[in-house]
Order: sequence, then structure tokens, then C-alpha cells
Amino acid sequence: MQEKMPILEMKNISKSFPGVRALSDVNLRAFSGEVMALLGENGAGKSTLMKILSGVYKRDEGSIKIEGREVEINNIKDAQNLGISIIHQELSLLPNLTIYENLFLGNEILGGFKLNKREMIKKSEELLKSFDFTVSPKTLTKELTVGEMQMVEIIKAVSKDAKIIIMDEPTTALTEVETEKLFKIIERLKNNNVAIIYISHRMEEIFKICDKITVLRDGSFIGEEDVKGITKDKLISMMVGRKLEEQFPRIETKIGNSILKVENISWKDKIKDVSFELKEGEILGIAGLMGSGRTEVAKLIFGEYKKSSGQVFIEGKKAEINSPKDGIREGIAYLSEDRKKEGLILKLSVLENMTLSNLKKYENKVKRIDRSKELEDCKAYTKKLLIKTSSPNQLIKNLSGGNQQKVIIAKWLLTSPKVFIIDEPTRGIDVGAKKEIYQILNELKAQGKGIIMISSDMEEILGVSDRILVMHEGRITGEIERDKANQEIIMKYAVGITD
Amino acid sequence: MDKLKSVIIKFKSLIGLLALCVIISIITPRFLNVNNLLNVLTQVSVNAVIAIGMSYVILTGGIDLSVGSILAITGAISAAIIVKSNNVFLAIIVAIIIGALIGGFNGIIVSKGKIQPFIVTLAAMTIFRGVTYVYTNGTPISSLGRDFTFIGNAKVLGIPFPVIITLIVFLIAYYIINETRFGRYVYALGGNEDSTRLSGINTDRIKMIVYVVSGIAAAISGVIVTSRIGSASPNAGSGYELDAIAAVVLGGTSLSGGEGSITGTIIGAMIIGVLNNGLNLMNVSPFYQSIVKGLVILLAVLIDKRNKK
Ligand SMILES: Nc1ncnc2c1ncn2[C@@H]1O[C@H](COP(=O)(O)OP(=O)(O)OP(=O)(O)O)[C@@H](O)[C@H]1O
Ligand SMILES: [Mg+2]
Repeated sequence: MQEKMPILEMKNISKSFPGVRALSDVNLRAFSGEVMALLGENGAGKSTLMKILSGVYKRDEGSIKIEGREVEINNIKDAQNLGISIIHQELSLLPNLTIYENLFLGNEILGGFKLNKREMIKKSEELLKSFDFTVSPKTLTKELTVGEMQMVEIIKAVSKDAKIIIMDEPTTALTEVETEKLFKIIERLKNNNVAIIYISHRMEEIFKICDKITVLRDGSFIGEEDVKGITKDKLISMMVGRKLEEQFPRIETKIGNSILKVENISWKDKIKDVSFELKEGEILGIAGLMGSGRTEVAKLIFGEYKKSSGQVFIEGKKAEINSPKDGIREGIAYLSEDRKKEGLILKLSVLENMTLSNLKKYENKVKRIDRSKELEDCKAYTKKLLIKTSSPNQLIKNLSGGNQQKVIIAKWLLTSPKVFIIDEPTRGIDVGAKKEIYQILNELKAQGKGIIMISSDMEEILGVSDRILVMHEGRITGEIERDKANQEIIMKYAVGITD
Repeated sequence: MDKLKSVIIKFKSLIGLLALCVIISIITPRFLNVNNLLNVLTQVSVNAVIAIGMSYVILTGGIDLSVGSILAITGAISAAIIVKSNNVFLAIIVAIIIGALIGGFNGIIVSKGKIQPFIVTLAAMTIFRGVTYVYTNGTPISSLGRDFTFIGNAKVLGIPFPVIITLIVFLIAYYIINETRFGRYVYALGGNEDSTRLSGINTDRIKMIVYVVSGIAAAISGVIVTSRIGSASPNAGSGYELDAIAAVVLGGTSLSGGEGSITGTIIGAMIIGVLNNGLNLMNVSPFYQSIVKGLVILLAVLIDKRNKK
């Protein structure tokens, strides 16, 4: 059978940044009506390749053909004119604009000289509705949750009648239900003969919706394969260059005394009467749908939000926590689910980001920061978490998404917390490094620390937690021991059915 | 090639300053002359000290428009103290305390009141200009004794005293912003307030302190100006906030906060000072001077923007 002609063919693409060769001689093809997965570890060069295709960066070498014709893509507009649309890994919506303004940004509908707002709102409404998304288009974008923003971003990209749509880790911020919605959208696009390039670190997604895969490793092209006939193990070894044992390594620890006790905390009308206990040496998973109040509970414990009522006890003693500063003093660490908004300081370096919560430790007698001590810790964690950066002084904004996440994890580990609350810890992290992070959680567990892990990744919740709480609309609707937990029970509680 | 380029980018403000000096000394031979250069440095010192304080504020993403008025009120109060008691030490201390208090007032309203710094300090600028008029009755306070005018006019080892003060202020400010925890927090806050707060840093406190620093810097300038002229005018310092902001921006600090340096600010202040001096030496009318200065600022920022891309 004659092979179908690719709509997109990128050949021998190379790209260097000062001090880093991000891509060398990489090939990528995409076919109309098919999904091409682009896979590789954190920092492999996936986003860079897609930024070249969408006109954000310029390639150093190589050629790009669309429908067999060689093209030049010098800027974002060029890419758009060629029918290429991208959903970026980092959200790029403008927070102070409404949903409809974001959807029509750059393509506003005019009525004479002025904007035709009515028309734009009407069209947005239809668009949102066609994607089962029930939010008013007049909502300010900053009022949305990360997942909702991601949905808007997706809708924006697919509404542009593109021939090639790039999705750079679109599901990292989505819950299961929304991910299902996205998959339906992708099916629809495939039927409309659109070519999709899909980047994700979630293996099950690849097998579910992709037709072919292209794998990159360390900026080099490893190969292109059909998804049919490839195994998960083969895929992983193509990505990481070695075999990976057991994705969820587990250790049994002795569960100790109570380390954190939350009693009847409530907040506005969002959190209602939440109580639970966390013990030393325990990983407590919190599952639930997006907007069920998991993040809010974490922020209430940490001190970012002020409780309307209720109390928090640390090691049996009542704790007064009114700010994140208090939270850290009490030995709590909180790793946010939204790394760009609530984790990173993009203008600072990797090192400066990593030590920010813990600077006091590096102060010497004359209140001067001891740079060499900082550097030592930074290097140790860079090695431990396999962080890929050209130097500790590299600006963190130049790291790949997964590597940024690792820096933030390192930052909180450096505070040596007693209670570690991690909100979607492995978002955007590659398979190899994920395991590394689970291993670190296990180490903390073995040291008798308490860990609360909020996660929308069902496998992760089931694989890592010792005990699972499920939330629904601001309440805890269920508590499940590890050996009794399964996906069905969690989903049942998550939609609000209690027994 | 890349190396050379990155060096040029790193030292671009300094290269700009040197280029400016070269051009001016070619046009007018009177520029390169020890007395003239010392004169330039003395004139720069007032703006430089204010701009150093301003840098702290701008690095957090804020702005302080009240520095000119702080300069006027602290100058007037120190002059009044000199007239009454001739106690130089007391005059300086009180000026600095007043500067810190006004800065604290700005800082509290910005951080706790959550009002935009532009608006808060614009109001403070108007309020304290008014306070200065009321306090001085609209007339200058003069005939300040030798002990006090020494600060602005004396030389130590041939170097004008205001230049020495500026150097000391610079060294302290440099140390704090680059070597201490507080300095790191200033950059972090300017880069991303939410992330900084969630890292366990009391961001309100940092905001508050940077306005206090700016107030103190303005007060120091107030003392220098008053003692140099030997009289405190209620109009003193008006428009100085703009020169200070210009110095900070010329030094490569971003108005949105989080990136820039104190060294850049000093160079920025020197660029403005050298330009003023050069234009004076060339007998350019003040009307045109203003136009040239504005154009230079625009040009510098444009070049900066291109390089960042
Ligand atoms: N603007 C930049 N300046 C310097 N280095 C960069 C820049 N952008 C990317 N890099 C480097 O290029 C490499 C590839 O990064 P890229 O973002 O493409 O990785 P990725 O495959 O998308 O990883 P992830 O799965 O973590 O998102 C990384 O080492 C990264 O640090
Ligand atoms: Mg990426």
C-alpha cells in the first residue's frame, strides 16, 4: 500500500541557544486526519521544535515542507497563514480580558469602526456550548481555574480552522472529565481531516488517541513508529534509553503519631467542615474533580487563605497559621498546582528560584548570602532530580516545563518540611523523573514526614497513596484505605455519592 | 562573536556613557578637565542618591513620585533646625527620620491599602509639596551656618563631599541588594508577587521597606541640596522624580520590576549628568536641552528593547 503523503514534513531541524544545543537533525511528519504523538523526556526538545513550527523561534538549520511545498516560517503570523495553530505548554491567555476577548484576540469582529461586542459574545457562546463548556463568555479569564483556562485555550486554537494543530501537553491541567472532552474534540478534528501533533507525558493517552509516534531524546531524532504494534515498554525505552522497572515503587513504613490534624475548617461558601488527620510516615492522597476544593483546603492549611472557622494542629499543638510565612515556620510546605503563577519567578535564575524559601539558611554572620553554599545545594538537587539546565545561573524561564517543575520541587524539599502538601506534583514530568519523584516521596515517608498529595491522575493517586480522601463541592465525601481503593469507588465519591 | 555580543549587552549602559563622553569631549575641549569632571560628579550626586532609592522601589515593580517633595520638606526642616540650633547632626538625623516616615506612609498605603503606587505617591507628592509651602510660608529658609554648608561644598582629598556621600550610599545599597536576603526578596517580589508570598516571604513588609529606603535617599539628597545652596527653597526638588526615574530606566532596569541593577542606575544618572553638562558647555539653550534629553532616553530604551529580543 502506498503511504499517505504527509501534510507536514520537518527535516534535519537544528536549533541552539547560548550554551545549549536544543535540537540536532530532527525530523517530524504529520498526516491529515491523524494524531502524531511527539514524545521524549523533559528537555528533549519537543516544545522547541513546536515553537519553530509555530514561528516563535527561528530554526538554525533544516527545512519545513507543508503539502509538499517548502515554506519559510519567520513569525507567528506566517505560521497562522499556513494553517498552523498551537496550544502552548504555558498558558498564554491574557488574565485581565474576558473569555470572548481572548477568543477573538487579533481576529476581532468589527462593526464599522468599533468592535462588535454583541456578535463576538454571541459567537463565543455558541463556540463554548459546542464544546460543552458552560461558562459565560463575559467571565474574566483570571477568575477561571487553571483547567478552565486550558479549555479556553484549546477552544481558541481549534476554532481557527487550522490544518495542523499542535497540542503541547494540553491535559496537564485537566481533570479526567475534561480530558475526555478534549479527546472528543480530537476525534472531531480527525474526522475533519485536521493533522494533530500531540505532546504528552501520559502514556495511556498516547495509546488511546494517537496514530503514530515520534520520539526525541536529548535533542536528537530517535524514530517514528505506528502506535499499533508498539508496547509501552518499547516506547519508554525509546524515550529514556533504558528500561524502567515498576512505575510506582512502594515502601512500607510504620505509620506514626499524628503530625497534622485539621478540625472542621470552613472557608466562605467553598469549603465546608473539613476534618482529617495525617500521620507520620503516611502519604495521604486527595482525589476529586476540578473545583472540588482540594487546592483551597491546602491553601487554608498553609495560610495563604484565612479560615472562616476551624483549627489546625501540628504534632498535637494548635497552630496559628495566618500567612504562608507562618505555614513554613510550622514546617509545612505547599507546592502549588500552578507553577507559572504561584511557583516560579521567571526573571530569576534556577539557583535563585531553588533557594528562595530557604534563604535564611545561607546567611552568614554579616547577613550576607553565602553563594557557595547555595551552589552546593543547587547542584546536589539538580543531580538528584535529574534537572536539565545548562548552569545554575540559567534563567528559569529558559528551562523546559518539566524541568521548571523539578526546580520548584527541589525548592520545597530544601525547606525540610514536616508536612509536605503537593498539588499535582508530577504535572508535565516525564516517566523517568516521575518515578524519581515518587522515590523522593518515599524517602520522606521513611523519615517519618507526612505527605498530602493532591492529584487528578488516577493512576498516581492509586499507586502512591497510603490512604485516600475524596472531595466533592467543598466536603470530604469519602475516605478509602489503600487496599480497598479503586477507580470506581473514587469516582463514586468524587461525584458526590456517599454511602 | 556571541561572547563579544553578550559582553556588549552586559555593559551597554557603561559603553553608552563612555561613547557620550567621547563625543562631547570631541565637540568641546572644555569637557575633559578635572575641575569640570568633579563638577559633573557633584551635580550628579543629588540625582544619583534619589535614583538609588528609586531603584529599590522600581525593582519591586512600584514607583515613587514623591521623592522631589520629600527632598523639599526634609531640606526645609533641616534648614529650620540649623537656623534654630545650628546642630548639624540633629538636622541630618531629623531629615532622615522624616524621609523614612513619609516613605513608610507611602509603603503602608501601597501594601496594606492595595492602591497603585503611582496614585499613592502622586498624592504624597502633592500633599508634601503643600506641607512644605505651609511650613516655610512659601519663602526660602536661608543664612545657614558654615558648619552645615560644609556638607554640600567641602572637598576631602580633592573630592567633593557630596560625591563621597553618594559613593557611600551606593556601596551600602549595592551590598544590600546583591548580597543579602532582603535584596533577593526585592527582585523576587518584582518578578512575581504571588510566587514570592507563597515562598513564605512577607511581601507587604518588603514593599513597605523599599518606600522607606526611597524616602531616606530623598532626605539625604534634601540635606545635600540645602547645604550646597545654603538655603532651603520650598520649590526645591520639583521634577526630580522624573530625572531619577530616567536614570533608573537608562541603567537598564525594567519598570515592570524584577530585573535591573543599582550599578546601572548610577551609570544612568551619570549619563544624564554628562549630557546636561555637555549641552551647557556647548551653549545649547535649555529649551533644546530638554528635547535632547528626552530623545536620548527614548533612544536608549529602544536599543535596550531590541537587545532583549
Ligand atoms: N530560550 C531558551 N534559552 C535557552 N535554552 C532553552 C531555551 N528554550 C529551551 N531551552 C533549552 O532547550 C532544551 C529543550 O527544551 P524544550 O522546552 O524544547 O523541552 P521539552 O522537550 O518541551 O521538555 P518538557 O517535557 O519538560 O516540556 C532544554 O534543555 C531547555 O533548557
Ligand atoms: Mg515542553
